[in-house]
Formats: sequence, structure tokens, C-alpha cells
Amino acid sequence: MRALHWHRETASYADYADDEQTMTTFSIETRNLSRIFKLDRAARKESGRILTALDDLNLQIHPGELFGLLGPNGAGKTTSIRILCTLLLPTEGEAFIEGMDVVKDVWKVRRIINMVSGGETCGYGILNARENLRLFTELYGIPWRVAKPRIEYMLKVVGLEKFCGVRVNKLSTGLRQRLNFARGFTTDPKVLFLDEPTVGLDVHSARQIRSFIKEWVVDHPEKTILLTTHHMVEADELCDRVAIIDRGKVQVCDTPAALKKLVQKETALDLTIKGLDPLPDSLDELPGVQSLTTNRETDRQVTLVHALLTDPEAGGELIRVMTGNGRRLMGLETSQPTLEDVFVKLTGRSLVDNNVDAAERDK
Amino acid sequence: MTGRDEVGKVRFFMKVVVARAYVRVIGAQREMSWIIGDTLLPFLTVCAYIYVYRAMKAPPEYTGFVVLGGVIMTFWVHMLWSMAMQLFWEKEMGNMARYLMAPLPRPALLLGMALGGIIMASSRAVIIYLACRYVFDIHFHFNEPWLALSVFLVTLAALYGMGMTLSSLFFIAGRGINHGLMAMHEPVFFVAGFYFPVRRLGMLTATAAAAIIPATLGLDALRQTMLNAHDTGLISARLELAILSVMSVVFVWASVLMIRKMEELGRKSGKLVLSEG
Ligand SMILES: Nc1ncnc2c1ncn2[C@@H]1O[C@H](COP(=O)(O)OP(=O)(O)O)[C@@H](O)[C@H]1O
Ligand SMILES: [Mg+2]
Repeated sequence: MRALHWHRETASYADYADDEQTMTTFSIETRNLSRIFKLDRAARKESGRILTALDDLNLQIHPGELFGLLGPNGAGKTTSIRILCTLLLPTEGEAFIEGMDVVKDVWKVRRIINMVSGGETCGYGILNARENLRLFTELYGIPWRVAKPRIEYMLKVVGLEKFCGVRVNKLSTGLRQRLNFARGFTTDPKVLFLDEPTVGLDVHSARQIRSFIKEWVVDHPEKTILLTTHHMVEADELCDRVAIIDRGKVQVCDTPAALKKLVQKETALDLTIKGLDPLPDSLDELPGVQSLTTNRETDRQVTLVHALLTDPEAGGELIRVMTGNGRRLMGLETSQPTLEDVFVKLTGRSLVDNNVDAAERDK
Repeated sequence: MTGRDEVGKVRFFMKVVVARAYVRVIGAQREMSWIIGDTLLPFLTVCAYIYVYRAMKAPPEYTGFVVLGGVIMTFWVHMLWSMAMQLFWEKEMGNMARYLMAPLPRPALLLGMALGGIIMASSRAVIIYLACRYVFDIHFHFNEPWLALSVFLVTLAALYGMGMTLSSLFFIAGRGINHGLMAMHEPVFFVAGFYFPVRRLGMLTATAAAAIIPATLGLDALRQTMLNAHDTGLISARLELAILSVMSVVFVWASVLMIRKMEELGRKSGKLVLSEG
């Protein structure tokens, strides 16, 4: 029997022979997955009675892949993860983890998964970090002798070893978030869901977490990770393949490199402008300019502009308009197109809100 | 299903019970404010009543009644706040999704919370009892020590069994129930419907009524067995013990059904199990 097998290093598929079990089974698969929420009375007035969070979502994720769901807030990332984690029922469609139905085989699915949600903390303030992690492994029936080395290792990884004896209610929110992150790995899940794992962390911690994820997938080639993010650098840096989702639908799905080829014909420019004043509205309408995203860096008092040009000649005009009215150009570079550009090209909208702080962008 | 699987399942079940109970027990030892809240405050309340009774020159048995009343009161408040409200707190702390995502048997979770609560509340009760016993020199008679002990334990089982059932209900009711519970501490406000929307009143009244039964029967049986107050008892202590035993079983069974229902509703609506974020 032959099956497709994903090779992380070469980012390609290769045939390999294996027993029937792994044959053609995706690690995570969704088929026309849809989810509708009935809104409560307060929310109803604005946006109608029901809200479609997922609309025929189709995903096929291979064993061993680190797969990214990239999309703006409200795209349906968390909703997908909740369904896959058996916390929420789909309204329509099906979803499978290692070939097991998340609705019909809930108990089997629960044994092999775990999930971390970046912005969240969990556990009991009265226990210390180690005790909390132990509690959560016990919920999976993992004996202490097996759990202990994993817990010690994870405490080290997230930089909590110094604090592992301190009661959790004495720890900062950042440290508690890291503890929650560690929790996801201590049950050694076959399939792990990371829902915006670096959200709310400072630049340094976020980088640490990302490099740990990268190491972990190399050390555990058989494990599958589904990671969601609205942070394109994260998706680009970590993921073997990325599905860009918007309004509950997959817009496009491929390796980051292949996705960026979609905007290869365009030229990307990074401009640094002094001051934080809003730019003229007319910029978007300049001929040859496909999209613009701006970022205000309050600490340096500059505005960073990323422009995608269908016509490189448009650059001159863009700079002219932008530097009018006393604004000064402080830097100009051509850059590689990003996943953000892909998103903008596909949806006509920006991935992140325009004035996200510099830490979010983390360049 | 092979026998080995069954043994494994029972082990896992017990492990979860112990793991969850441990949080309570260890917490009770570590947190000073809990000790004060659970022991000192009920003790002071009991003291206040004893002084009032003594000032009124009430018969000496009354002070014994008050001590037992104080002990049961501790359980009652404790059960409401740390068992009936527990699933709601778990959600606030971010633990509910972790629990529901895990392959653990749900009743084990409830049982662990209840067991931890019982151990903690009992230790508090013993402290209050001993303090009153020596400070006020109240004499208890243990003519039937085993009966007294059974009554004590079964009362706890009935109370916490009720808390296990209520926990799923309160979880579904959400934040509003908080105000309702506050009101249950102060009957006047409760009846006046001051703090909570009237539509919750039905459920709360039913709760209050049901709750009064185990507490009342348990207290009455304890008075009979520990203070020899047979002539003032409602019905015989043995009958009360039997009723309380049946109540415990029914409540525990109901709690299993309720948590299953709660999870089902939560997964369907997406509102109950998950934070609104
Ligand atoms: N429990 C819920 N009740 C009502 N609407 C919800 C609920 N959960 C999510 N939504 C809505 O579904 C949409 C998708 O949300 P979500 O999956 O959280 O997006 P993301 O994680 O990509 O930011 C949003 O519009 C959100 O408001
Ligand atoms: Mg989300």
C-alpha cells in the first residue's frame, strides 16, 4: 500500500510504503465544515439573527505537518479549533482527527489531542506551576513517572523553572500564559492545536515560543500541529503549509513560498515616514498601487508603509504624494512580498488593523 | 470490554477524583484567608448566638443546638460557594475548556470537587466544634457514636450531592446566578427579589426548598444523636438517616445526568461551555 508522506525539510510529498492504518488518512480533515451562531438579543439588532462563523471550510492536513490557519480577527480560526477539539459541534459538515469523527468518536479523539489558546491562562492560583501541570496530565491518565520528565522539560522551555515552586497566583499574566502553553505539550498529544500562541506576549517571549515550536516539530516528526495566527510573519516563519481564511472560508492553501509567488509580479516597497499623521486617502487610488498597509510606531514616532505596486513606475508618484505636506521620507527599501500582500490581493482588505503596534509586527 | 480495561477505567476515574480533590485540600492548607473565612467567621457567629442565649437565660441545651447549627451553616455556605458555583468558577479561571477537552469521566471531576469540599469542610467543622466545646464547656453525648458519625457523613453526602447537581444548573444560568446566590444568604432580599431578575426566582425557590431538606434533616438528626434531644426531634434519627441516604444517591445520579446535559447544550449553542470571546 502506498501513501503520501509529508517531508518537512524538502517541503514536498514523497511516496512511501506503510501499513494500512496510515494510508491516505489525514491527520486533520474537515469536509464542508460550517458553523452558525444564533446571536443573543443584544447583538441581533446590528447584524441579523444568525452569524456564519464557518462556511464550508475544507482542510486536509497530513501527519507531521505544521499547518497554519492565517486570517484576520473573526475569520473563524478559533471556531474551527473548537470544533476540532470537540468543544463545539458543527452545524453542518464533518471533521476528522486521525480518521476519527470529532462528533461520533469524541472520546477517542480527546485522548490524542490537546489545545493551547494563546491569550488564555488556566490552572489554580493556589498550586504552583509544577502542581498545575501535574493536575492536567492526570486528566489524561498519564502516570507521574511519565509526566514528570516532560513537565520538568517544559518548565525549562518556557522559562518557568525558577518559578516552578511559586504559587501561580503570584506569577505575572505573561508567565501564566507560558504555563498554559507548556500544558499543551505535557500530554504528548498526537495532534496539537495552537490558537494564536504568541498573542499578547512581548516580542522576546514570542520569539522564544516560536523557536521552541520549530524545534519541537523537528524532534517530533510524527506529530501534527495546527496553528492559527493573524500574524503573517509567524505563519511564514513556522508553517509547512498555510491556509489563508477569511469569513469562514479557505481562500487559498499552499506553502508560504508558493503563496508568495501569487504576488511575485508585484513590487513591494517599505517606506518609513517621519511622524504619525494620517496619510492622504487618495493614496489607495493611485494608478499602479495595489495595496498599502500602514503601521504607526509610536516609540520611534514614525509611520511604516508597506506598498504593493503592480507597476514599479508608480513608486515615484507614490513617494511624491506621500511626502507632500511636510512629511519626510526617512527610509525606502524594496522588499519581498509577504503573506499579508497575498491576503490583501485575495480579499482586498488588510490582515491586521492598521494601527497595530510595532511589537505585533515584530520585524 | 475485557476485565483489564475495566480495571484501567476505574483507576483512571479514581485518579481524576483524587487529583481534583487534592487541589482543594492543599489549597485549604495554604491560604490563610480561607481558614479565617471558613473557621473564624462561623465560630464568631456561633459565639454571638451563645452569648445572646446565655444573656436570655435560655436552657443550656440551646447552646449545643447553636454549635451544631453553626457547623451545618458552615457546610451550607461552603457547599453553595465551592461546589454549586464551582463549574462556573472553573470557566472564569479558564479551566472548563481544558476539562471538557480532556478524556476524563465527567462525574469523576464533580466527585473530586465534592470530596475535596467535604474533607475541607469537615476539618473546619471539627475545629469549630472543638473550639465551642472547650470555650463554652458544652457537653455532647455520644450514646450512639456510629449513628452520629453516619448521620454526619450522610448529611454531607446529601448536601454535596445537591451541590454537584446544582453546579451544572448554575453553570448554565451563568453570571446572573451570582446575584441570586448572594441573595440566598439574606432571606429578606431573597424573597423581595432585590438582587436578581424575577425569572430566576422560580429556580432559586426550588433550590432553596430542596436545600433546606438535607440541612434541616441532618441538623435534626445530629441534635438527636449528639445532644440526646429526642423529644424535640422531628422524626426518628434513623428514619432521617434513611431519607438522607436516598437523597444522596438521587442527587449524585442527577448530577451525572445534569453535567451530561450541560455539556451537550454547551457544544450545541457554543455559549455555555465557551467564553464569549
Ligand atoms: N460563541 C459564539 N457566539 C456567537 N458568535 C460567535 C461565538 N464564537 C465566535 N463567534 C463569531 O464567529 C466569528 C468567528 O469567530 P472566531 O472563530 O473566534 O474568529 P477568529 O478566531 O478567527 O478571530 C466571529 O464573528 C465571532 O464573533
Ligand atoms: Mg481567535
